[in-house]
Amino acid sequence: MNQTTIAPVRYSVTVPISAARAFALFTDGFNTWWIGHHIGEAELAEAVIEPRVDGRWYERGVDGTECDWGKVLVYDPPERLVLTWQLNCRFEYDPDPAHASEVEVLFSPENELTRVSLEHRYIERLGTGGEELARSVSSEGGWPGILELYAKAAVAA
Amino acid sequence: MAVGQLSAELPVTRPAVSQHLKVLKQVGLVIDHADGTRRIYRLNPDGVRAIHYYLDRMWSQALAGFELAAQELAGAEKQAALSKSQEEE
Repeated sequence: MNQTTIAPVRYSVTVPISAARAFALFTDGFNTWWIGHHIGEAELAEAVIEPRVDGRWYERGVDGTECDWGKVLVYDPPERLVLTWQLNCRFEYDPDPAHASEVEVLFSPENELTRVSLEHRYIERLGTGGEELARSVSSEGGWPGILELYAKAAVAA
Repeated sequence: MAVGQLSAELPVTRPAVSQHLKVLKQVGLVIDHADGTRRIYRLNPDGVRAIHYYLDRMWSQALAGFELAAQELAGAEKQAALSKSQEEE
């Protein structure tokens, strides 16, 4: 099993609104700024972060189908939000918490501005099944995996 | 697998297949090499690194979108405050 630690993805931006407004924009206003990444087969209609611990965050396609991305672990306005991201290498939702990666978002006031720092960590946990996938596609008949990925990308493009 | 082989097995045109493979390559999910005039594609066996690359790009774009939305929000608030103060004058 490949459990090598993968470096977290980290980004931060400074925005000209208060931490409370920034937190609300990030969560309640998620759908207003999310840029359209989606895993479902239908076009993205809405992206939602439910405003409570143990809430879901998910996408809804124009056809009404919902695809979960993960759960809300910490909902602590206006300072901190922690979500799980549970889409594995095949872009499928994996409900096993042991396979969940985490996204932490911190909102820190800086004078009149707010620094929003995002860290997506434990990405290696998503890799469970990755080797299996690699094995299956390295064989001559192993194209179902890539065709599946292709079909998803084709719909997304 | 070559583009021609893939398009033969899929209900889409060859240019569409090339286009989508380009997208998959950008996110690190497939890798390719040249074989004469053809390009041979295969799935990147390192699924976790591919997913890392995908997430890196995704968050970079997402936070840029968030920043823009926040700036618009701040701009709208400023505008509202300005027109309010003009009304009061």
